[in-house]
Amino acid sequence: MTRVRRESFAQLWADAVAGTSYVSMGRDELAAHLLGLTDRLIDAAIAPDFDPSVAHEVGADLVAAHFTGTETLGETLALITGRLANLLDGLTDCPELAARIARLAGNIAAGYASALRERTLDEQEAIHRAGLVARMEAERALAASEARLRAMFTQAAVGIGIGDLEGNITEANPTLLRMFGYTLDDFTSLKVSSMVHPEDAASVWQAYEQLICGERDHFRVEKRFHRADGGEIWTHLTVSLVRDETGAPAYQVAVVEDVSERHRLQARLHYQAYHDPLTGLPNRAMVSDRLAQVFARPIGSRRIGLCYLDLDGFKVVNDSLGHDVGDQLLIAVASRLAGCCGRGQLVARMGGDEFVIIVEDSCEEDVISLAEDVLAALAAPIRIGDYELIVTASIGIVERPVAVTTQADLVQAADITLYWAKADGKGRYAIFDRHRNEQEVARFTLSTTMPAAVERNEFFVDYQPLVALADCTLRGVEALVRWRHPTYGVLGPEQFIGLAEETGAIVQLGRWVLAQACEQASRWRADFGDAAPFISVNLAPRQLREPGLVGDVLTILADTRLDPSHLQLELTEQALMGDEAGPVEALAKLYDMGVRIAIDDFGTGYSNLPYLRRLPLHDLKLAGSFAVGLRPALPDLVDERIVATLVNLAHALDLTVTAEGVETIAQLERLRALGCDAGQGFLFAPPCTPAQIDALLRAANPLGGPGTGTRAL
Amino acid sequence: MDRPSWAPTDVDLELPSAARVYDYYLGGSHNFAVDREMARRAIELWPDLPQVLQANRAFLRRAVRYLISQGITQFLDIGSGIPTVGNVHEVAQDALPEARVVYVDVEPVAVAHTRAILADNDRADIVQADLSDVNAITADPRATRLLDFSRPVGVLMVALLHFVPDDADPAKIVSRYRELMVPGSQLVLSHATQEGRPDQADSHTALYERTTTPMTMRSRSQVAELLCDFDIVAPGVVFLPQWRPESPADVDDRPERFTGYAAVGRRE
Repeated sequence: MTRVRRESFAQLWADAVAGTSYVSMGRDELAAHLLGLTDRLIDAAIAPDFDPSVAHEVGADLVAAHFTGTETLGETLALITGRLANLLDGLTDCPELAARIARLAGNIAAGYASALRERTLDEQEAIHRAGLVARMEAERALAASEARLRAMFTQAAVGIGIGDLEGNITEANPTLLRMFGYTLDDFTSLKVSSMVHPEDAASVWQAYEQLICGERDHFRVEKRFHRADGGEIWTHLTVSLVRDETGAPAYQVAVVEDVSERHRLQARLHYQAYHDPLTGLPNRAMVSDRLAQVFARPIGSRRIGLCYLDLDGFKVVNDSLGHDVGDQLLIAVASRLAGCCGRGQLVARMGGDEFVIIVEDSCEEDVISLAEDVLAALAAPIRIGDYELIVTASIGIVERPVAVTTQADLVQAADITLYWAKADGKGRYAIFDRHRNEQEVARFTLSTTMPAAVERNEFFVDYQPLVALADCTLRGVEALVRWRHPTYGVLGPEQFIGLAEETGAIVQLGRWVLAQACEQASRWRADFGDAAPFISVNLAPRQLREPGLVGDVLTILADTRLDPSHLQLELTEQALMGDEAGPVEALAKLYDMGVRIAIDDFGTGYSNLPYLRRLPLHDLKLAGSFAVGLRPALPDLVDERIVATLVNLAHALDLTVTAEGVETIAQLERLRALGCDAGQGFLFAPPCTPAQIDALLRAANPLGGPGTGTRAL
Repeated sequence: MDRPSWAPTDVDLELPSAARVYDYYLGGSHNFAVDREMARRAIELWPDLPQVLQANRAFLRRAVRYLISQGITQFLDIGSGIPTVGNVHEVAQDALPEARVVYVDVEPVAVAHTRAILADNDRADIVQADLSDVNAITADPRATRLLDFSRPVGVLMVALLHFVPDDADPAKIVSRYRELMVPGSQLVLSHATQEGRPDQADSHTALYERTTTPMTMRSRSQVAELLCDFDIVAPGVVFLPQWRPESPADVDDRPERFTGYAAVGRRE
């Protein structure tokens, strides 16, 4: 049999079985492989000794090459039974050829079947074993994973608890047990619902209900719990819902972190931030916060009251008895104040010896009665060590509707009112008075604008005649300063001189007035010669203490070419009453220079005549109140006698006497009869402009006759 | 990945697995009743399916031989499944006995089986990992023992990426493998497509929805896009039997019946 025939059979075979099974061969490799099998089959078919077992092996070989599709066997058997006899035709004379081929086909089938069975069983066993191994691997991994989870549960630094959906606690880790002080048995007999703390926000348990119903997957809150020993812990609590594979709620896991320590620290820091360490009272920050709360919601007619309290003379205690005693005193005062306050009232230390009491939803009577209680409570002596201290306090009270004020206004008003209580004599309360405050504000405004007003020439000087009572002739004029204020109109000296004295502006202003007056006097002297009046200028106490006073006067006199004898300086008794020698020395120098010196408003102060004796003086100006007592309608014999005595005494001291406030002819006559030398008042003339004085000088008439005052105007 | 890496993989033998169904299509018995049931229903819907997968397996064989002819001696076969007849290490080591092969599969039964088969082969091993877990694969001692990533590697993703849905971004996954492939490395790809048999693709996809590995069919241009950063070697992206057939007779009259695209890309 030729090679070609065998090869073409193998090719037929390959074509027949291609695609019936997957074998890892290309088409050519397949044909080559099948050629080998073809050889074995043909050799067996034509062998002298027929052995069909070769075909059995060929069947097994097909399976080994992975011809596992049974179609392969069908195609193979069809080819062998149908085409192998033809292929061998003429190549063998074996009479049993057809039977041999049938035997071969049968053996291929048997070999294939038994090999496929073996292969199938092997593969099934292999895959089942692989399944088992995979499962075992998975279980081992699961066990390892569970061990890890268990370790995580038992060794976690946070508390972990597991509960079912009915709220039974089923597991708790050691940290959680320690945190709560329970045993596991204690815990597992508890219900989640028994973990309620009275301070829990309603939202906590709403969130819990939603979680159990599956409406939310977790929630996180800060929550307090009771410990087994009755103590309390603060925790960060996170509760999570665990669902089963269908997504239905299965159980709950709580993770609990103990933040009690942090919480205590925060509470302590908060307390420290809002309390005074010495007295334990709330501090300024707390007051500020509390007021802010009140003012954040100024509902309807809500009112607020404030008592601003300051101890009188606390500095003396501190300085003389030491800070320890001072501190003890503050502690005792704080305790008495606290004893006076009830609900809705907050007492706080603002610092130093200042305290404040806030009264919420107040009425004025309540706040006043509280202030009275406080003054009464402080009245009893306070014993500190060996000292028995008596303290008084001044209290400023402000009480008003919340809606009409602001926090800053309220505190400022209380502060001002406290100052009033101090100024009014201490040991008392003062109630805020809007009118008084406005006046003070106006004064304050004046005092701050005065220096600039001098620069802007807002001041001017009027002159009031001083008249000799003997013949009613004009001898002198008193310079009176006025302020033409852009807002308040023309202001008299009584409205700003006191203020200028306080602020020191008087020095600058006084110098300006002196210069103005001297210049004017010098002009009159030039115009009217000896008929010109001397000029009388007021000197404030502050000016008198000014070291440059004498120099200033000299300079001004020189600048205005005015003879010193034409200048009179008026000063009050009080201005000379100090212990200092400076003012008297300055006065003596001026006196020596020839400047006239007058005591103004005599009789309103101490009227210390023996003291006056030692002073360099020319004139006494009797206060206007004496002239009032000389009215004929109400003849006051006491006043008359006093005036007489004063005039006699003055004359005894070689001083002249000028009466202020002369308004009637009757007064004029009485004063003249009593020996008074000069007078000043509306009877003669009111304060006049320089031009009006010019007119009086030109007329050269006596002043004080009926209607003369008006004519002068 | 949703589960932490230390959590165990679930082994559920009641669910069909693509790897074992594939084995059944190729005439193997490394499968369970559920797998065969699934396979029989698929064949009912699509009688050509065994031929398609045989063609895919034949492509794998030709591709491995081609890579060896190009000097590749080490292979990383991702999604290797059940190492049934004509697997990569057999083909590669038949042609080049010192060839090294690392399989990767996530399915625990396939991994266990592969491990059993490779018990006596010290040049082939398997890493259990997901396709997307590139770092875990390249760091696994079973892989580093056999593969040297400083030299060209043949990476195989045969009948794999159609199990990666669009939202898992298969192109990105391919690019991450590309990063660890030095120039001269090759990527072997085959991918199911609806082109050729659009009438059957949907029902087939629907069937796979019920397995642990649902399918996403892709067009020729989409498959070419996956290889855009590689030099695609001739004959390009073609139906499975058309890729470098060993003889003209191997190419069917209607290659589009074999509804899968095959391609090899070279990393330059």
